Amino acid sequence: MKAIVTVIGKDTVGIIANVCSILAQNGVNVLDISQTVMREYFTMIMLVDTSGCKVDFSALSDILKKDGQDHGLDIRIQREDIFEAMHRI
Amino acid sequence: MITTNEILETIDMISQQHLDIRTVTMGISLRDCGHPDVNTCCDKIYDKITKLAEKLVKTGEDIEREFGIPIVNKRVSVTPIAIACECCDTEDYTPFALALDRAAKEIGVNFIGGFSALVQKGFTVGDRRLIASIPEALAKTERVCSSVNVASTKAGINMDAVALMGRIIKRTAEMTNGQGCAKLVVFANAVEDNPFMAGAFHGVGEPECVINVGVSGPGVVHSALTKCKGQPFHVVAETIKKTAFRITRMGELVAHEASRRLGVPFGIVDLSLAPTPAVGDSVADILEEMGLESVGAPGTTAALALLNDAVKKGGVMASSNVGGLSGAFIPVSEDAGMIRAAESGKLTIEKLEAMTCVCSVGLDMIALPGDTTAETISAIIADESAIGMINQKTTAVRVIPVPGMKVGDRLDFGGLLGSAPIMAVNPASPRVFIDRGGRIPAPLNSLKN
Repeated sequence: MKAIVTVIGKDTVGIIANVCSILAQNGVNVLDISQTVMREYFTMIMLVDTSGCKVDFSALSDILKKDGQDHGLDIRIQREDIFEAMHRI
Repeated sequence: MITTNEILETIDMISQQHLDIRTVTMGISLRDCGHPDVNTCCDKIYDKITKLAEKLVKTGEDIEREFGIPIVNKRVSVTPIAIACECCDTEDYTPFALALDRAAKEIGVNFIGGFSALVQKGFTVGDRRLIASIPEALAKTERVCSSVNVASTKAGINMDAVALMGRIIKRTAEMTNGQGCAKLVVFANAVEDNPFMAGAFHGVGEPECVINVGVSGPGVVHSALTKCKGQPFHVVAETIKKTAFRITRMGELVAHEASRRLGVPFGIVDLSLAPTPAVGDSVADILEEMGLESVGAPGTTAALALLNDAVKKGGVMASSNVGGLSGAFIPVSEDAGMIRAAESGKLTIEKLEAMTCVCSVGLDMIALPGDTTAETISAIIADESAIGMINQKTTAVRVIPVPGMKVGDRLDFGGLLGSAPIMAVNPASPRVFIDRGGRIPAPLNSLKN
C-alpha cells in the first residue's frame, strides 16, 4: 500500500535522515522524495510503500507523530488514496 | 503522481480549515425487534444494535488514522421506534429510549437517532404513545435523539401533531432545563437516509443495515472564497462547486472504505455544510465573505441560495449516491458567526425563516425566551412546515424555549451543540389558529407561481 509522508516545520539539520531511519527501521520503502523550504518552513513529501511495514499503519502513524512532536515538526502519514480522490477524477 | 501543492493543499484543508467527515452513521432496521413484552422488545433492540454496530467506532477510528482525515462522529440511526415497537403492549415508550441509550453507550457512539414517529397524515396508537413519551425519554437518556415528521408535500400538514409538538417541546424544556430540546426535531418532508443528528432515523424503505456519510467543510469553502474577492458571482459559484467536489470525493472514499470494512452496504453521501462552534468553521462566515457586513443583512437569502445550490452541483458529480439533507445547515448555536449576528440583533428569527426557504434544513438550534407559549412554538412549526410542503423540500424546527431565560441571555450546551443566545419571538398570539386542529390539505403541484 502506498502512502504519503509529509514533514512540515522549522528547518534543522538531519530531518530527512531522522525520518528515513524511522521508516527503514519499520520496513517502509521510500519510493520518491521531494523537499523544499516554503515561507521559512521545511516541507518534505515522501511517497512510501508500506506493504513490508513491520507494525500496523496506526502504530507507524503514532511513531512518526511522536517523533515530530519531539523535534518540533508536524509529521503525518496518510494513505495515498485520499489525495487521489480529492485531486483526480 | 500527486503534486506537492495538491498534497499541501489537502493537509492545509484538514489542519487549518477544519475539513472533516462530520459523521459516519450506521442505519439499522429494528423492524424485526417488535415483541408484545416490553423487556423482550428492549433486549432485542439492544442486542441487534450492539451486534451490528459493534465495530463501527473502531472502524471509524482506523480509517481516520490511515487517511489522516478526522471523522468527528460515529453514530447510529434506527427504524422509527413508533413503527418498530408498535406491537408492544405498553403505554410508556421510555424503556425503548433507555435501551437505545444503553446500546449507544456500549458501542461508544455519541448519538443514536430514531426515537421517532411519522405522523404527517395522522397518528397510530404507537405514534401517540411515542410522542407522549418524548419528554421523559429525553430527560432520562443522554444520547437518544428524537424526531417527529408532521408534514409532507404529498400529505399536507397534520395540525393536530403541530399543536401537540408545541406542548411536547415545552414539556421537554421544562424537564431538561432546555437541553433535551437540542435532541428533538420536528420535520416536514423528513428524509429516510439522513446521517445527521438530531434528525436521523432509518427509514422504512431502507435496507437491513446501511452506511451513510455526512461530509462537512464550511471552513474550506470560506478559505477558497477569500481568494476571489471582488469577483462576480459566477466565479463565486464555480469556486464553491470545485471545493464541494473535493470535499465530497473525500466523503465518498471514506464511505466506501467504511462500507467495505464493516461488510455493510454503502447508502449515501450527504453533501452538507455543517458548521461547528469552532472559529473558522462557520456558514455565516461564508455568507459574509461574499460581501455582507453581517449574516442577516438584506442579501443573506440570495447568498445562501447560491451557496446551497453550488454545493449540490459540485458534490453531485463527486459521489455515486447523494442523499440525506444535502445543503447548507444554519444552526444558530453551532455557528460562531450566527451567534455573533444574533447577539448583535442583525439576525432575527424572521430572517432565519426566509433563509430556510433556500437551504437545508430549517430553524435549527434556536433558543427562545422561557415564556414562549406552546402555541407560538406550534405556529413556528406550522410556518416551517408550510415552507417545506410548498417547496417540496425538507424543513425542520429545533427550538429550545429555555425556562427562566429572556432575550439577551445565553444557554450553553457544550461541545458540538455550542451555545445559543436567546432570540426574540413575535409576541402576537397564534392561539386561536393553532386550536383549530385538523389538517392543512396537500398543496397543488402545478400552476406554480
